[in-house]
Amino acid sequence: MTELEGYPDSPAKSRDLARFQEKLLKVSKEIYKGLTPWQKTLVARHPARPFCLDYVRVLLHDFVEWRGDRAFADDPSIVAGFGFFGDRPVAVVGHQKGRDTKEKIRRNFGMPRPEGYRKALRVMKLAEKFRRPVLSFIDTPGAYPGLDSEERGVSEAIARNLYEMSRLAVPIVATVTGEGGSGGALGIGIADVVLMLEHSVYSVISPEGCAAILWKDQSRAKEAAEAMKVTAADCKALGVIDSVIPEPPGGAHADPFVAIEAVGREIAAHLGRLSALPVEKLLDGRYEKFRRMGVWDGAAAAR
Amino acid sequence: MWFRNKTPRAIRNPKTSASLGEGLFLKCEGCRETLYVKELERNLRVCPKCEFHFRLPADDRLRLLFDGEKYQTLFGDIRSGDPLKFRDTKKYRDRLKEYEVRTGRPDAVVAARGTVEGTPAVVTVLDYAFMGGSMGSAVGEVLTRSAELALAERIPLVIVTASGGARMQEGILSLMQMGKVSAAIARLGKQGLPYVAILTDPTTGGVTASFAMQGDVTLAEPKALVGFAGPRVIEQTIRQTLPEGFQRSEFLVDHGFVDLVVQRSEMKKTLGTILKLLHP
Ligand SMILES: [Zn+2]
Repeated sequence: MTELEGYPDSPAKSRDLARFQEKLLKVSKEIYKGLTPWQKTLVARHPARPFCLDYVRVLLHDFVEWRGDRAFADDPSIVAGFGFFGDRPVAVVGHQKGRDTKEKIRRNFGMPRPEGYRKALRVMKLAEKFRRPVLSFIDTPGAYPGLDSEERGVSEAIARNLYEMSRLAVPIVATVTGEGGSGGALGIGIADVVLMLEHSVYSVISPEGCAAILWKDQSRAKEAAEAMKVTAADCKALGVIDSVIPEPPGGAHADPFVAIEAVGREIAAHLGRLSALPVEKLLDGRYEKFRRMGVWDGAAAAR
Repeated sequence: MWFRNKTPRAIRNPKTSASLGEGLFLKCEGCRETLYVKELERNLRVCPKCEFHFRLPADDRLRLLFDGEKYQTLFGDIRSGDPLKFRDTKKYRDRLKEYEVRTGRPDAVVAARGTVEGTPAVVTVLDYAFMGGSMGSAVGEVLTRSAELALAERIPLVIVTASGGARMQEGILSLMQMGKVSAAIARLGKQGLPYVAILTDPTTGGVTASFAMQGDVTLAEPKALVGFAGPRVIEQTIRQTLPEGFQRSEFLVDHGFVDLVVQRSEMKKTLGTILKLLHP
């Protein structure tokens, strides 16, 4: 196709080019329809996939970023702030990865330290104070498993967020846009509505980590991804998320603007509905949503 | 996460697991002295020479904490389903059955109601002997019901942790139990009812990153391993050897994440005092 583009313009050329493009679209559509859980994991990690700040740039205007947890530092692997989503002022919290090496390192590959979770909570508490809904964008391999992270209590930071988000008195809409990696994802993932992009994944441990534990062999990640049911469709079937947002052919990175707009439309629909609910009803609904999760049995099954 | 093969060697040693092994004698993990098993049992599984705390079975824990060793167990018939039809080297279903035979309970948790130094309370204990105390749907459900019962009866909740974290055989549903239990504990807190977390060796992963760190007061047994990532994962990440005592109870006190390290023999008394200080 690139070769064809080099030829002088002619009706025959544009006809051939259009035919090629159509064919390419069809092929990529088919390929992306048939992605395995492991392939989806790789797509979810694609560096050209839209990140939190890309969503902010397209979906919000007049965004102001809040920095720091007021206790120790600012953690660039989580961004937080306020902006206008259409006419509506909202708070945003989200994991942020980097694209080039320098930015990847600065953002710690999207792996937050405790300060990141504490900053997110600070902004969410402000959202509650000023009655602004919260949009959360989830995309992390997991919380950072480092010495400093442990020393400053990454467990406590995530635990506190789960506790506080479960009863934060404003609507929360969370979207898994890439990797939903374990507790590090859930740390900003308690919400009234949880959405997932079609090729994003959400799991309790990375497929590599799971394979290393189960089979003592990281290279069996492919099997682990299948066994753990990490895809958006699986999460929907298990009752963990509310809906799956279709991605453009070739995945979100092939046409980021289309993907971001699709996410924006879905968020807007839920936000309208949630904002109309009285707070008590909103919080009861959030409690019941997580209360139902799990598969177990016993004579006392009926609560 | 359930770092089954990532815990340090000492933790996997059968001598520190719920079972003390077959022999009449064993070597203490703490001081290397040879101990008489019967004597160790009589001493709440604490080494009489160096105070090393061996792991205590969940039922012994309940007897230790409740007045007159009397209590009523709750929700004992709740067992995990197999939502993913999970299979690794063996079927998850078969694994559950094996552990049930081994431990005599359907999953890694036991809940009970009774009085602690005169104060009525729900005490729920994670059982490390059952799949490393890992949290799946059944554990999450029993913990949630424990919190809801404490709320309904307006009595305090105590959770004793010992767990490798979320149970990956139940995939994302096990992760969600962190949210479910946290929400129930938050409701309890909003109604002014105390929640006490007692951390025992080992407490890691998703259990630490949820209810283990949500106590109104957090107690820990001496030298218990308490952390988010397992020590080996951290060493692989930072390519350094971890300092002595890292992620142990005393380290968490020094860094401000645990209130008090309590000897096993003192736990009931300390817990009783705290409950009276906060409730009713
Ligand atoms: Zn000893």
